[in-house]
Amino acid sequence: MITSAIIPKPLARLPWRLIFLVAGIAAFGLIVLYSAAGGSIHPWAIKQALVFLVFLVIAVAMSWMSESTIKSIAFPLYGVTLIMLLGVEVLGFVSKGAQRWLDLGPLRLQPSEFMKPAIVLTLARFYELVPPAEIRKWRAIWPALLLLGVPAVLILVQPDLGTCIMVMLCGVTVMFLAGLPWWLFAAPAAAVGVAAPIVYGMMHGYQRKRIDVFLNPESDPQGAGYHIAQSKIAIGSGGIWGKGFLHGSQSHLQYLPEGHTDFVFATMAEEWGLVGGVLLILAFAGVIRWGMRVSASARTRFGQLAAAGLSATIFFYVSINLMMVMGLAPVVGVPLPLVSFGGSAVMTVMLCLGLLMALERQQRTGSSNLA
Amino acid sequence: MSKPIRLTNAHQSITFSRRMLLLSGAEAAVGAMLIGRMGWLAIAQNEKYALLSESNRVQLIPVPPRRGWIIDRNGKPIAINKASFRVDIIPQQMVKGTDLVSEVAKLIDLPPDEVDRINRELAVSRGFQPVSVADNIPYEQYAAITVRLPELPGIAASRGFTRFYPGGSTVGQLIGYVGAASADEYEKENKNPLLLIPGVKIGKEGLEKTLEPVLRGQPGGQRVEVTARGKLVKELDPKPDRSGNTVQLTIDSDLHQYVARRIGDQSAAAVVIDVTNGDILAMPSMPSFDPNNFSDGISNNEWKMLSQDDHLPLVDKALESLYPSGSTIKPSMAMALLNAGVDRSQRVDCTGAFQLGNHTFHCDKRHGPVDMDTAVVHSCDVYFYSMCLRVGAEKLSPMVRSMGFGEKFDLPFDNQRFGTIPDPEWMERKYHRKWQGYDTVNMSIGQGMVLINPLQLAVMASRLATGKRVVPRLLKNKPVVPQTQLAVDEDHLNFIRKAMWGVVDHGTAAAAKLPLDGIQMAGKTGTAQTHNLSAGERGDYTSATWKLRDHSLFMAFVPFDNPRYAAATIVEHGGFGAAVAAPLIRDTITYLYDKQKALAALDTFEQSIGGTPDARLARKTAAWRAANGLPPIQPKQA
Repeated sequence: MITSAIIPKPLARLPWRLIFLVAGIAAFGLIVLYSAAGGSIHPWAIKQALVFLVFLVIAVAMSWMSESTIKSIAFPLYGVTLIMLLGVEVLGFVSKGAQRWLDLGPLRLQPSEFMKPAIVLTLARFYELVPPAEIRKWRAIWPALLLLGVPAVLILVQPDLGTCIMVMLCGVTVMFLAGLPWWLFAAPAAAVGVAAPIVYGMMHGYQRKRIDVFLNPESDPQGAGYHIAQSKIAIGSGGIWGKGFLHGSQSHLQYLPEGHTDFVFATMAEEWGLVGGVLLILAFAGVIRWGMRVSASARTRFGQLAAAGLSATIFFYVSINLMMVMGLAPVVGVPLPLVSFGGSAVMTVMLCLGLLMALERQQRTGSSNLA
Repeated sequence: MSKPIRLTNAHQSITFSRRMLLLSGAEAAVGAMLIGRMGWLAIAQNEKYALLSESNRVQLIPVPPRRGWIIDRNGKPIAINKASFRVDIIPQQMVKGTDLVSEVAKLIDLPPDEVDRINRELAVSRGFQPVSVADNIPYEQYAAITVRLPELPGIAASRGFTRFYPGGSTVGQLIGYVGAASADEYEKENKNPLLLIPGVKIGKEGLEKTLEPVLRGQPGGQRVEVTARGKLVKELDPKPDRSGNTVQLTIDSDLHQYVARRIGDQSAAAVVIDVTNGDILAMPSMPSFDPNNFSDGISNNEWKMLSQDDHLPLVDKALESLYPSGSTIKPSMAMALLNAGVDRSQRVDCTGAFQLGNHTFHCDKRHGPVDMDTAVVHSCDVYFYSMCLRVGAEKLSPMVRSMGFGEKFDLPFDNQRFGTIPDPEWMERKYHRKWQGYDTVNMSIGQGMVLINPLQLAVMASRLATGKRVVPRLLKNKPVVPQTQLAVDEDHLNFIRKAMWGVVDHGTAAAAKLPLDGIQMAGKTGTAQTHNLSAGERGDYTSATWKLRDHSLFMAFVPFDNPRYAAATIVEHGGFGAAVAAPLIRDTITYLYDKQKALAALDTFEQSIGGTPDARLARKTAAWRAANGLPPIQPKQA
């Protein structure tokens, strides 16, 4: 926070370090989008800039929300989002096609995006309500599993594997921090570890091939492994210093698919090299660390859980995307927030940051209701 | 499982802090892993990926090299490149799709199956790689396309090169032909992109095929930057191509064409060798195909016609066909007899037949008492039956082999066959039976298991002429194989040469005397039985079916007293060696010394059989097409 006589107090109280960090990431993202469009602000950079600014303003505005307000909207937000998810399903069923969007006149809403912060807030609120003595009881577990499971299944059948995994991970993180017994997390992990080879053995040839291609994309560079193979070429050929701004041949000659959306990191790494990549990762680490600190210093259980869950959301966004483009995870369609072109990821992350800023303001102003 | 503990806020707070620590640790670990992974990709594997990225970025559009020429010993062209006109489609510049194809097809009269092929190739082509529309089109059609180019975006009309063989069908078997690479050939060359370029032809047969590495040259290329979808972004500096090398043959193309034409309508191969160094001066096999037609891709119909022909135009009879040597083996047999100590003046009484066990072997006439000289000059079989039986096969075969029969020669052809000169050991190995007297009798006159090709016959004439191991050579840049002395007695050799001179002077080939002053030929006729014809039929060939007639052979060298050239021919089903083969060699040798005289003889000869080989082939093709209900071929570019 900046303490200066010149800057008005409400502004000075904003978490400027975070805002600079986020704006820095977004600005770097715009530079990459400018290059990805072949050296033009059209069609991506200009739109992305507008979307970012709008959501930055919204996030800053959100920071004045009180914790009690956030708490009170947690369940209704979850409910509305769930209804919208159902609505998408029904619409999809009617129009006989997969659908992720809800068309509301000029507005196109992707309810699964809202579900990421919504599930975090809801579970945080739920575990705040569970008395400490009950936390290891079955009745502290099944409602959470239900709250998490229903939207996860709805998103999975859209089908949107990436968002489904993200929602699950966000929810599980909150449950983990809430203090649910260890075995609840260890057992499924062990089960997956044991079952994976068996399932692999039972799979059909083409299913097995997909797994093989993920494990070794070079085995099918023209087919299913194309995205990952080209992405690795872009990152690897960038070297330490990169090929230079506007000189990335992989992205400019369109060998890199989705070079402005999911694979924007590869576009960046080709031109800015390892240096650009490490700087970007460190910048994200700074944002996440800031969020984790908000959680650590929160004085309410809701604040703790919500702040940790929201920063975990950003963490999962970034890490799944980066693992994907570097060939460490299958391509599941998770964008790199603030950098990838597309409004919904920006929206989700800025909503998370807005909520985090609100929680952080509560801590500083001490107006939290410590019960 | 755990015993019930009363959990409190304090507990919860400790749990939360502990788990937060764990979560932060896990997040930091993931972050470190990501940075580590990126470092691995960008530093440790940078070289590999930089290379892959570069091979993505830069594509080479190969520029085909010009195929090397094949020239004769005097530098006369045998296979050269002729400027031609071609039309291609560059898919990425197309605007109209299949309409464009049909429009062009109308302009240059493309048959519907060609239009189908073009559409098929367009469907799978990469944007910047041209698809061939038509090759070697007449100038009028080329001009018709060029004036309409502005209305035909995507069409490229260009000048290219096609292979041209001035000798036409006379060099077909010697040179082979070129054609577009097949799918198999493309795979075999590890998908060499050069082979996909429209208009690129590779050797398919004969020298064009075996000399491919020399003739092809190095493709150059236009290096271009292209997008993943094949769109050209910019051109980089080109890589120059290198033309194929010229190959010079030992062939004298004038002589070669003369011999080919002189073969006429017979099915025959002839070989002329310079005995001083083994150079093959001529080696036609007729009838043949016209390689000029093959280089544009031969139609199924034409192929069918050629493969159905009983004169075997698709076989190089000089190297791939094997025949009994007939009596041409006799000079070598006589050498073997002399070597084994037979007295050349000793006589054998020829009664026209020879009894061995319960089988009678015939002679073509009753020669009476004959000595060795007479036996060669008049080709008496009975003399050789009886003398060879006396000496035994073990002493005969080595001499015959040393004269070139059954010998393998290192010539640049794929499908050479080398025949057999049998002996008792070979019989045991091959047929698991004992050598019998009748095997010796058969071999003594070049029948039975004896099989040779025309080149070997010419080599035999060369070796008899020189007494040296003459080895045939076709490529001028190959060193001449040093001619070692054969293990024969010079006196024996002189005797045999004299006898062979006698064959032409007053023997079986007396009708084939050279019409030249001061140059005399020595030779030996041969008649190789293919079927058992009765003596009556044998005398009157018009009554026997062509396929059943004997092969006609002749080998010779000139001048008899100081040999310079050797020549041999085998005329399939030509009848008596003296009747067809000897006059063919006579005219061939005449050409070497007096072109005017030889050409005059050829002129008369060709008039009697209906024109030059190309004219006859064209007429034959037209007749065959008419007989099979096919439309006549449109005349090609002038």
